Amino acid sequence: MSGHIPVRLHVNGQAHDLSLDPRVTLLDCLREHLGLTGTKKGCDQGACGACTVLADGERINSCLTPAVQCDGMEIVTIEAMANDELGTRVQDAFLAHDGLQCGYCTSGQICSVVAMLAEHRAGRPSAVTEDLTGPAPLTDVEIRERMAGNLCRCGAYNGIVAAIREVTRT
Amino acid sequence: MREFAYLRAADVAEAVELAGPQGKYLAGGTNLFDLMREEVERPERVVDISRLPLSAIEPLPGGGLRLGALARNAHVAADDRVRRRYPVLARALLKGASPQLRNRATVGGNLVQRTRCRYFYDLTAACNKREPGAGCDALGGFNRTHAILGASPNCVAVHPSDMCVALAALDATVNLTGPDGERSVPVTGFHLLPGGTPHVETVLRNGDLITSVDLPPERPWHGDYVKVRDRASYAFALVSLAVLLDVRHGRTVAARIALGGVAHKPWRAYSAEEQLVGAAADEAAFDRAAAAAVAEARPLDHNAFKAELARRLVRRTLVELAGQS
Repeated sequence: MSGHIPVRLHVNGQAHDLSLDPRVTLLDCLREHLGLTGTKKGCDQGACGACTVLADGERINSCLTPAVQCDGMEIVTIEAMANDELGTRVQDAFLAHDGLQCGYCTSGQICSVVAMLAEHRAGRPSAVTEDLTGPAPLTDVEIRERMAGNLCRCGAYNGIVAAIREVTRT
Repeated sequence: MREFAYLRAADVAEAVELAGPQGKYLAGGTNLFDLMREEVERPERVVDISRLPLSAIEPLPGGGLRLGALARNAHVAADDRVRRRYPVLARALLKGASPQLRNRATVGGNLVQRTRCRYFYDLTAACNKREPGAGCDALGGFNRTHAILGASPNCVAVHPSDMCVALAALDATVNLTGPDGERSVPVTGFHLLPGGTPHVETVLRNGDLITSVDLPPERPWHGDYVKVRDRASYAFALVSLAVLLDVRHGRTVAARIALGGVAHKPWRAYSAEEQLVGAAADEAAFDRAAAAAVAEARPLDHNAFKAELARRLVRRTLVELAGQS
């Protein structure tokens, strides 16, 4: 009954014409159909953020997004960060500050940081922004709140915050 | 996940026609798609409305603001007009979910999101909401996060939204289009108490599509949205609270109090508001209001703390807001 739906996905600058069951998530599409296994499946229910990718520039949980809804969208995954100036700096900072231990959440964390910095530059507030009418300085408290959608079971949070702080200083 | 027919609508009229009485509308998918994967939701027809032109945030004649049903939670919270004129709504949205989820979740989807009661998600548990007449395992189960107000022996689930609590305090209006045309309902009357039919959660009739939410013109009050949860961020509320207060010359002129995490719907504490309006804005009045807000509370085995938590939150927030007036 589901049938297959034609979908054109632009992933890391490359167009893919696919025919997908509407039950396929963007996450499974990336990993199983396109072989891009850098994006990780953690909880598969939108609770951990390991599957974070950018869709038209915004970070989303790819596990909760039907791939057919991404028809025509520009998807950016961790695989593209090697060729991205900011993405590379974020990855280097994670290494320098031990922003990981087992590494399973890391690709989601990196994608999330890149989008989070863009959100902050665009002036978006967070739940800990005291004055909603102006730009918020990117304090450690702001960084932690803005990265709350990415869990790290190894508890590398202090290293992650330090890495982000370094990226924003350079 | 069960198979389903995936349909795309070109406009609102076609969406309503395609959905029919049994179809489900798919917007951001953050709740529906998850429930479909768990097979709690098993729609045979899913109408993808995510491309419909319903994401604008526009001024209303007379000074209000219209939020398109497909406006993303993140975009509403970041909108300059919302931040300046309806900060209680911006704060509520920002305290909900995570940045990733807020980038997908929509205004309309947030209104119709379903409870996070574990027994509702657990297909091996009895749940009247999932299967009418099956019973309620939460009633005698682990019900620490469940309702203290307005519940019934059939269902003690709570509505999980933060946004809706702020909308209830603001007296927002929900605009719908259905098979019989357009209509509007106050958000305070949009969600229903469980009674004998906990599977009927809103006034939406089969095929109704939420098209927008209207915020009334802003008024000169101080407001805040307070949320208490088990961790500092990214968790559903144990108790949350939207308060709007207008104090002039030491007297409360207007007050709105809505509680989240305590009932099957965003809970307007009208009796607490009545204790405030016209009275001196002092701690005695705030004590009376806070007590009135939870006077009808009927805690379950594991959630008596919620009534005291709600009472203290109401009192503290009123004291703080009066201090700003």
